[in-house]
Amino acid sequence: MSAKTTAKHINIRLKIWRQESPKVQGNFEEFSLDQVLTSMSFLEMLDVLNEKILKSGKRPIEFESDCREGICGTCSLVVSGQAHGPVKGATTCQLYMRSFQNNELITIEPWRADAFPVVRDLVTDRRALDRIMMAGGYTGAKTGPHADANAILIPKDLAERAMDAAACIGCGACVAACPNASASLFTSAKIAQLTLLPQGHPQRKERALKMVGQMDKEGFGSCSNLQECEAACPKKISIQNIAIMKREYFKAAIAADYREGKSEGDGA
Amino acid sequence: MIPLKQLFTSTLGRKYLMGASGFALVLFIVIHLLGNLTLYASSGDPINTYAAKLDGLGVGKLILEIGLALTIILHIITAVQVTLSSKGARSVGYDSPKSKGGPTKNTVTSRNMIITGFVLFVFMGIHLWQFRFGPEIEDGYTSMVSGVMVHDLYRVVVETFVQIKWVIFYVGSMFFLGFHFRHGFWSAFQSLGIMNPRWSKPIYFLGLVIAILLTVGFLFMPIYIYTTQGGVH
Repeated sequence: MSAKTTAKHINIRLKIWRQESPKVQGNFEEFSLDQVLTSMSFLEMLDVLNEKILKSGKRPIEFESDCREGICGTCSLVVSGQAHGPVKGATTCQLYMRSFQNNELITIEPWRADAFPVVRDLVTDRRALDRIMMAGGYTGAKTGPHADANAILIPKDLAERAMDAAACIGCGACVAACPNASASLFTSAKIAQLTLLPQGHPQRKERALKMVGQMDKEGFGSCSNLQECEAACPKKISIQNIAIMKREYFKAAIAADYREGKSEGDGA
Repeated sequence: MIPLKQLFTSTLGRKYLMGASGFALVLFIVIHLLGNLTLYASSGDPINTYAAKLDGLGVGKLILEIGLALTIILHIITAVQVTLSSKGARSVGYDSPKSKGGPTKNTVTSRNMIITGFVLFVFMGIHLWQFRFGPEIEDGYTSMVSGVMVHDLYRVVVETFVQIKWVIFYVGSMFFLGFHFRHGFWSAFQSLGIMNPRWSKPIYFLGLVIAILLTVGFLFMPIYIYTTQGGVH
């Protein structure tokens, strides 16, 4: 944790992106808050600000949050140029006001990517990530009674790697932080998570082709291997997943036993 | 299986092409440096012999040159495509974006590969105009090596690098080569999906070593010639 202040209260200045609707031009609006408790979370500070704005009869600032404990991936603010703010391995809701200095000017912006259009103020439409999941982020399951949990043995190392990839909460910080607005870390984590496990093997090729195809269709940028995504990821997902995705996609793209449009195993 | 066109126009496919062509260019530049080390000899014979041997390949040399040109063109086309698609993916930028540090390789040079690449492209054009399409045997640039008359490439090189402006231009350009390699070498492994978490750090370090060796190796040639031959001509 990068605690910047030990003071109990700080005064802050805020520069927040305001945008009425997706199509209109947005702009920054400045606010100031005095005597902000440093033990407050960043989102609580915004709640306090919104109370103040409501009292003055104006429209409060729209932002998203849900669990406020870093596991749902809903909160999504770029704080002073960094996705989820200055603290590493944390979501915006896990950011506390003690990370800021007295009289600091804090800029708050939405995730910036054309694939994530602004709905209003700091709220963006991240359904592009859902569509990537829908394209192939699943495994086949057999009907009938539940299989025994240990029916398929999985080496610990593999289970750990799959679990590390599965830690992705789909917040989109990787896209927001990437200078190219690429969704490679998200897509690769989802592909790797399912591909590393035997349960994911039947749809292996189909998954890589379809998820990458959808990612491109959504208009995300290319990966330039800058690793900024990993630095910004609240779950510290590694770019080794991106290398896995590159391998999986290439193998699927040249595989003779799978054709797009046909489900795997049809030709057998 | 998907059509090759679909594969190589996908965001991943373009990076496969960029990484593969990048590797080929690394190989070329390493060979180019090794060949040019003959310039550190006290006479022009070694470089002229080397050049004469390359000329002696005839059609083979033409095929190598065309292959090299196509590789460079492929590298440039994919670079422009990748840059354009990335710029188009974020039409409204951040007020003042800041790297989060940690594992990131997000630096001024890694972010601006297209700019260092463009500088190298311009450099390459000038470099080819000076040496590949420079004064030939017909212009009187001849030398006798073991009783055979060959093209005196050494004289072309010396006549260029006794001029301080060209020394500065070449030395400056080689820094861009170093910056480009620093990110490019490691990046090619990652783009081709042949990166392994265990090799990642050693390869990133190796990229730095290669970048420094190439930069230093090339950079001292003009300086060496300027300082050793400067007074003579």
